[in-house]
Amino acid sequence: MKLRYFAWVRERVGKPEEDIEIPAGIATVGELMTWLASRGEEYAHAFENPKVIRAAIDRAHVKAQATILGAGEIAFFPPMTGG
Amino acid sequence: MTVPAIVRLQREPFDAAVEAKKLTAGRTDVGAVVTFTGICRGDEANEPIAALTLEHYPGMAEAEIERHVTEALARWPLQGVTVIHRYGRIQPGEDIVLVVTASSHRAAAFAAAEFLMDYLKTRAPFWKQVEKSGGKTWVDVKATDDAAAGRWSKSGR
Repeated sequence: MKLRYFAWVRERVGKPEEDIEIPAGIATVGELMTWLASRGEEYAHAFENPKVIRAAIDRAHVKAQATILGAGEIAFFPPMTGG
Repeated sequence: MTVPAIVRLQREPFDAAVEAKKLTAGRTDVGAVVTFTGICRGDEANEPIAALTLEHYPGMAEAEIERHVTEALARWPLQGVTVIHRYGRIQPGEDIVLVVTASSHRAAAFAAAEFLMDYLKTRAPFWKQVEKSGGKTWVDVKATDDAAAGRWSKSGR
């Protein structure tokens, strides 16, 4: 699974993207965040407050309850501040 | 007839007057053009800034803006829409974002431009980082921006 990170999530994780083997049993975006937070200090810092982190699956916004089944690319980022 | 809709992301500056002219050139059915330009201020949270850098999610940013342009076209009788959003390093006084809407009458042009800007601020994947004397910081979300976008939603989000 390809994961992408933007803005301060990217800075905290320390990389813009990575390919990761996600363990079986992780079904939703929220569960994926919890699992990522357990992968080390950088990830724990990036995902310390999952409620503020937004996610997109294959370039469309999704909520934490969304299933990751069939996803090609999952992105995590802070609330948007464009415009 | 297909309504001309242009969505562009670019590093380079844009010319708002030229883009507005493109929507009316060679036609006489447009009665109103609204042009909104978002400009980089020289301060953020009451502190002077040297510049801001806009990061975006290529591919998703275009798709998200196009989705909202499509929604604007469905909600208002428009005759043309242009949205241009810059990314990269932008200095105070420089333009950041452009929304141009053309319609027969002003009400639709005003409403659609405001709708597009409100959604751009809260749903398009862009992030602003400001350079201040103390270093670089990410801009926080404003609750007023969420409220502004929320008022266009028929059922709430």
